[in-house]
Amino acid sequence: MTLSPPRRVAPAAPSSTTAAEPRTAGSSVELRGIVKELTGGARALDGIDLVIEPGELVALLGPSGCGKTTALRVLAGLESATAGTVLIDGSDVSGLPARSRDIGMVFQSYSLFPHLTALANVEFGLRMRRVPADERRLRAGDALEMVGLGGFGGRYAHELSGGQQQRVALARALVTEPRVLLLDEPLSALDARVRVQLRDEIRRIQQEFGITTVFVTHDQEEALAAADRVAVMRSGRIEQIGAPDEIYSRAATPFVAEFVGSSNRMRGRVSGGTVQLGAVRLPLIDPTQPDGEVEAFVRPEDIRLARAGGGASGAPSAAGRVPAEVVSTSFLGSYRRTTVALEDGTVLTVQHPANLVPVADERVELEFEGAPVAVSRRE
Amino acid sequence: MSAREVSARGVGPRTVRARDRSGVHPGPSTATRWVIVAVIGLLFLVPIASMLEFTLRGGLGGGYTLDRWAAVFGGGLTGEYKPIVTGLTNSLVLALVTVLVMLVLLVPTMVLVRISFPKLQRVLEFVCLLPITIPAIVLVVGLAPVYSVVARMFGSGVWTLAFAYGVIVLPYAYRSIQANLQAVDVVTLSEAARSLGAGWPTILFRIVVPNIRRGLLAAAFIAVAVVLGEYTIAALLNRVNLQTALVVVSKADPYIAVIIALLALVFAFVLLVAIGRIGGGPGSRRRRTAPPAAPAVPTTPLAPAADADEPAQEAAVR
Repeated sequence: MTLSPPRRVAPAAPSSTTAAEPRTAGSSVELRGIVKELTGGARALDGIDLVIEPGELVALLGPSGCGKTTALRVLAGLESATAGTVLIDGSDVSGLPARSRDIGMVFQSYSLFPHLTALANVEFGLRMRRVPADERRLRAGDALEMVGLGGFGGRYAHELSGGQQQRVALARALVTEPRVLLLDEPLSALDARVRVQLRDEIRRIQQEFGITTVFVTHDQEEALAAADRVAVMRSGRIEQIGAPDEIYSRAATPFVAEFVGSSNRMRGRVSGGTVQLGAVRLPLIDPTQPDGEVEAFVRPEDIRLARAGGGASGAPSAAGRVPAEVVSTSFLGSYRRTTVALEDGTVLTVQHPANLVPVADERVELEFEGAPVAVSRRE
Repeated sequence: MSAREVSARGVGPRTVRARDRSGVHPGPSTATRWVIVAVIGLLFLVPIASMLEFTLRGGLGGGYTLDRWAAVFGGGLTGEYKPIVTGLTNSLVLALVTVLVMLVLLVPTMVLVRISFPKLQRVLEFVCLLPITIPAIVLVVGLAPVYSVVARMFGSGVWTLAFAYGVIVLPYAYRSIQANLQAVDVVTLSEAARSLGAGWPTILFRIVVPNIRRGLLAAAFIAVAVVLGEYTIAALLNRVNLQTALVVVSKADPYIAVIIALLALVFAFVLLVAIGRIGGGPGSRRRRTAPPAAPAVPTTPLAPAADADEPAQEAAVR
């Protein structure tokens, strides 16, 4: 067993491992002021600063074209940055070609060498490092074992399913024990079930090895589920970086609030540390927010939906309930999403248990909970 | 020349698409199809059958005889037929050198353009397909002064013709390699290899070449077929190859010339069948999604001697 977690902690991997986390043997990665200018002057990356701790899994999340893949490719050395520095373990690797950076990479499209067997694919990186044949075969076999494909070494790429191909690609990327693992939307070509399975497996292996990992994805669920920290990107910049729950519950910008999860955009007014949204007054995450006209973003699950009580219709009840009318509703398995219209015409989406089945035009009451995930000044 | 034009049309992705489409849309009716096949078959078969009939004629006395075929296979190719042996040898050497020139220059260029300079793709395609549009006679006018320099550098050996032939086979070679190159995600594969520590030579020889092997083989076969059928350039630059030798011999003994032409056709046929096998045959175990990397299949690159007669006379006039 050459490829096993204990080996990762061998002295070969110099790192500032803290005593609290003995498993961590990964390298630190830092991007400093990375700018990537395209021909024509447009910026694919517009000043990326990112510090990744050893053993951490950071997800770069964003819509297509936001620069997340470019950032990964700059880190990998497959593309050069116009300005900025890439540091791995504190040393500047900006000038190094991809093959000298000691990274492992898994690509979005199937990237197994079609003319080689799975085993030979995994061996390739070791071959490049002139590892003797016996050791090579042993380590490649172990790596395939690790991704659950022990018996598939003799198969060619076209004899493997998409998920299996990505597993082999993962084994191929890890077998050289690289300093950093880069995953470029490795799951996007797979079907939903396999995607979740492989996502969890990537996370398990990543934690087992403590390998520093950057995971590019446009799928927020993937990012939130697998990452230690999520960096939400937009137009070549990082909009917010933080733990998944922080990103979700305390969005730094309207973009993050709307891109990660779904949000209701509501107009309101901040005064005295609270925000007034129509008939309701909600607390603020940041009570020091200056007064003024704002747009607030409220999660569908932060709104309770209830059948209209026996009270006179139209009059808001004392408990801060807001009357609304059901527009449409859709069943989503364990829960339901219902679109409602407030009396002032504002349309909101509400998430509620599936056993409550509102019908169109039914009068309901809404109850707001918690604070809006983001509040931004309206110009 | 006509052979080159015909083959150019049969080349490239269009053939692939047409074939795919036939599976989806109902084509012409079975009867129509058979009529088309019969007409085209006759067009090809009549001249070939006539050539065969011609070689079997018993001379003025009438009747048929196998004597000439026996002479050709029975070591009769000495003496006055010597030029054919020389021509054939020269053509084979030329074919070999042409394939080498083509592979060494074209493959790395195409791979590099595909991976690192995708913007040059159009330019490269244009340049590579250009020779098809330029008649050989025109090429030679330009090549003549070039070859005075070539002769000074490399001597006047017949093999130097391979430089010119390398240009002529470019369109065919380009098309077959390109078809294969497009079926493989070379960019991702090369990036994967780079991330695993491979340098450019490794990527070219260990990753790209094995995956476009079929395209390379097809390109090589087509190059061989084109070179064996080339007449104009060799004739106008005063070199002896198979075709010029055939013309010379046909002046003395038209029967033998036609026999050799027939044999050359058979050889070309075998080559083309081989290409077909490599291209779309049961050996396509490699990838499910990729379209069959149908190599360019020129129809009759080996111009029969009769076809080559005209430029010979022009040369003689000159």
